[in-house]
Amino acid sequence: MVIKNEEMRSLELSGQVGFNSLPHQVVRKLVSQGFCFNILCVGETGIGKSTLINTLFNTTFENEEADHYEQEVKLRSQTYELQENTVKLKLTIVHTVGFGDQINKDESCKPILDYIEAQFEKYLEEELKIKRSLSNYDDTRIHICLYFIAPTGHTLKTLDLVMMKKLDSKVNIIPIIAKADIMSKTELGNLKMKIMTELQSYGVQIYQFPNEDEEVGEINSSLNAHLPFAVVGSMEDVKIGNRMVKARSYPWGAVQVENEEHCDFVHLREMLLRVNMDDLREQTHSRHYELYRRCKLQEMGFKDTDPDSQSFSLQEMYEAKRREFLKELQHREESMRQMFVNKVKETEAELKEKEKELHERFEVLKRMHQEEKRNLEEKRRELEEDMNAFNRRKVAAEMLMGQALQGCSQQPLKKEKDKK
Amino acid sequence: MDAIMLQEKLVERLLCPRVRTARQKEKQYVGFATLPNQVHRKSVKKGFDFTLMVAGESGMGKSTLVNSLFLTDLYKDRKLLNAEERINQTVEIIKHTVDIEEKGVKLKLTIVDTPGFGDAVNNNDWKPITDYIDQQFEQYFRDESGLNRKNIQDNRVHCCLYFIPPFGHGLRPVDVEFMKALHEKVNIIPLIAKADCLTPTEIKKLKDRIREEIDKFGIKVYQFPECDSDEDEEFKQLDKELKANWGQNNNPSLCVQECTPFAVIGSNTVVEARGQRVRGRLYPWGIVEVENQSHCDFVKLRNMLIRSHMHDLKDVTCDVHYENYRAQCIQEMTRFVSLCEKESDEEKSKLAQDNRMESPIPILPLSTPDADTEKLIKMKDEE
Repeated sequence: MVIKNEEMRSLELSGQVGFNSLPHQVVRKLVSQGFCFNILCVGETGIGKSTLINTLFNTTFENEEADHYEQEVKLRSQTYELQENTVKLKLTIVHTVGFGDQINKDESCKPILDYIEAQFEKYLEEELKIKRSLSNYDDTRIHICLYFIAPTGHTLKTLDLVMMKKLDSKVNIIPIIAKADIMSKTELGNLKMKIMTELQSYGVQIYQFPNEDEEVGEINSSLNAHLPFAVVGSMEDVKIGNRMVKARSYPWGAVQVENEEHCDFVHLREMLLRVNMDDLREQTHSRHYELYRRCKLQEMGFKDTDPDSQSFSLQEMYEAKRREFLKELQHREESMRQMFVNKVKETEAELKEKEKELHERFEVLKRMHQEEKRNLEEKRRELEEDMNAFNRRKVAAEMLMGQALQGCSQQPLKKEKDKK
Repeated sequence: MDAIMLQEKLVERLLCPRVRTARQKEKQYVGFATLPNQVHRKSVKKGFDFTLMVAGESGMGKSTLVNSLFLTDLYKDRKLLNAEERINQTVEIIKHTVDIEEKGVKLKLTIVDTPGFGDAVNNNDWKPITDYIDQQFEQYFRDESGLNRKNIQDNRVHCCLYFIPPFGHGLRPVDVEFMKALHEKVNIIPLIAKADCLTPTEIKKLKDRIREEIDKFGIKVYQFPECDSDEDEEFKQLDKELKANWGQNNNPSLCVQECTPFAVIGSNTVVEARGQRVRGRLYPWGIVEVENQSHCDFVKLRNMLIRSHMHDLKDVTCDVHYENYRAQCIQEMTRFVSLCEKESDEEKSKLAQDNRMESPIPILPLSTPDADTEKLIKMKDEE
C-alpha cells in the first residue's frame, strides 16, 4: 500500500470553528485531575528550611526540630493536599536531616542523589511496563531543589559547591541565601556576586528562568538578576503601622518578610509558585528525566541504532536480549553440570584408590600374621620334640639306674657263690 | 554609674594610702600598705602581654570581632580563598602581634588565627592547633628549666575564643570534638557569633541549649570566678553590683553564668544612631549597635576579657593548664628514662640500678635538653 503525502499548506478560515477552546479544555482536564509538585529542601540543620516552606505556603506544616547528632544524612518526606480557589495541589516536601552536621561529609551527597534517582527509576519502571497507567501515575519526581546557603559573609561553603555540582544534572536547583537578615545591603550584594561567580567557574548549572515567552519573559529576566534569592522566613505576625504583617522583630527593628527592601522572599514566591511552577515540572520531565532514562537504558545495553544504521524496535531488542540471556543461562548450567560430574568422578577415583590401598594392607597384615603363626607352630613342635627326647632319656636313665641297682644286688650274691 | 568605673575607683583607693592613715591614727603606721602601689608601678614599667587564639569556621566574624574588641585594624591585606580552593583545605596557624598602649600601660597583644578550620569537606584534623599550643608549653618548659632565665618569652596561649554559628539548634559534633580536644590545654570561651540573626527569645533558647550540651558532654569551659571570701566587704558589694548590672534589663538578678555563652556582634564601621556615632551595622530595618547591651553581649565580653579578667586568664593558664602539661611531661620523662635504663640493666651491673634509685627527677643533662625532649616527642608520637 502506498501512502501519498501531500505538502502541508495553511488555510484561511471563513467562520468561527471553535477549536480555540482547546487550551481551555486542556486546563479544565488538568484542574480536575489536580496538580502535583515536589520540592526538595537541602540545607544545614537549623538553617530555616521548614520555616521558609511554611511562609511560602502560608500554612504550618508539622515539623520536628532535628538535632545535630545524626550519623548520616537522611531524607524526610511529607505529602500534603492543598487547595486554592478550585485548584487542587498535591504537595510533597522532602527535607534533608543531618546535612552538614557530620565531621566527615564525604558521604553526605549519596543519600540525596540516591533518593532523586529512585524517583526517576520508579517512573521509568512504570513507563516500561506492559500495562501502564501514566495518566494516573503518582509522580514523585523532584521538580525543584531549594538549596539553602548559610550566610557566612565571604562565600559558599565547600560542601555546598561540591553538592550543587553533583545535583545540577539531576534536578532544577535554585540557590537561596537563608537567614538573610544577618547581612546589610552591601554585604548581600557582594555575597550574591561572589556566589554566582563561583558557581559559574565551577561549572554548576542552576535553574534559569525561561525568558523567551513574551508574557513572563520580562519578569523572569528580572528574577534571574536576583539570584540567589536572599530570604527570611517567619510565621509570626507583627504590627507595623496599622497592619499585621509577617516579620521577625528585633530590639533594633523588625524585618518584614514581604517587604522587597528587606529581602527577596516575594521574588522567590513569585518565581516558584506564581509564574514558573509548570515550567519546572516540564523541565524535570523533559530534561532531567530524559537524561536519566537515556543513561539508564544505555547501561542496560539498548541502542537507538545498530551498527548498520537500521532502527531497532524495542520489541526486537527485548526478544534478542531475552534469547541471549536464556542461552547464556543454559550454557552456564551445562558447564556447571560438567564440573559437577567431573568432580564426582574424581572423588570416586580417589575413593577407589583408597579402598585398594586398604585391601593391600589387609593382605600384607594377614600374611604376616600367618607367618608368625607358622613360626610359632614350628617352635612348638621343636619344643615338643625336645620334651619327648628328654622324657625318653629320662626313662632310659631310670632304667639304667634300675638295672645298675639290680646288678649290684645280684653281684654280691655272685660273689658269695664264688666264695663257697 | 558604670560598674567598671566603680571598680576602678575602688582600686584607686587601695593605691592611695593617705586616706587609710586618717583611720589608723591610733595604731603605729608601718607602711606596707603601700605595697599595692609598688606592685602597680612595677607592672606598668614591665608591660603586659596577652595571647589570644580565635577559632571557628570562616565567615563567622572572628576578625571583625577582634578588631572591635581592641579598636584597631589587625587584619590588613587578608586574602580570602574561594570555596573551590578550600575543598581540601588544612588548618594553618597565623600569628599577628601588635603593641598597643593605653594610659601609660603597654600591652603586647598576640592574636593566633586558625584559618582553614572547618572549611574542608572532611574536618577531622585540627592537630595543628593542639600541636601549636603544646609547642608553646614545651618551649616555656624548656626555658623555665634552663640555666639562663632572664628573658623568658611567654608565648603560651592564654585564651581561646571559639565561635559557634548561630544558624543551628545548638552545638554541632565538630564544635563538641574541638572543644573537648582543647579544654584541658587552654581556657576556652565559647561565643555565639553573628548574633544579629537571632531574636531575644531565640538567643535565650540557644544559650540554654548550648549550656546544657556543654554540661552533657563534659566540656570544661572557662568559668568566670566568684569573689573570694576574704575580700574586702566593699569589693564584694561591688562584685555583686557588677553582676547585677550584667543581667538583662528586665531581670537584674541574672548572674554572669546565665549569660554565657556570650552572643556577640562585631563591626568595623561607624554609623550614626540616636544622634551619636557608634560602631554598628546598618540595616534597612534598623541599626544594630555593637556596644548596646540590649542588642548583644559585646560589652560583657569586652569587660570580662579585657577589663577584669585578663590577668585571671593568664593565671589560670599558668597555674592550671601549664602545670598539668609540665607534670605530664615529667612523668613521661621519668618513665622514659626508667625504660631506657631497664634495657641497659640486663647487660650492665647493679650500678645502673643504684643510679635509678637516686633521683626521682630526671638526670637529663640540662645543657642538652633538645636531644632528650626530641626522643621524648618521638616516643609520644609512637604511642
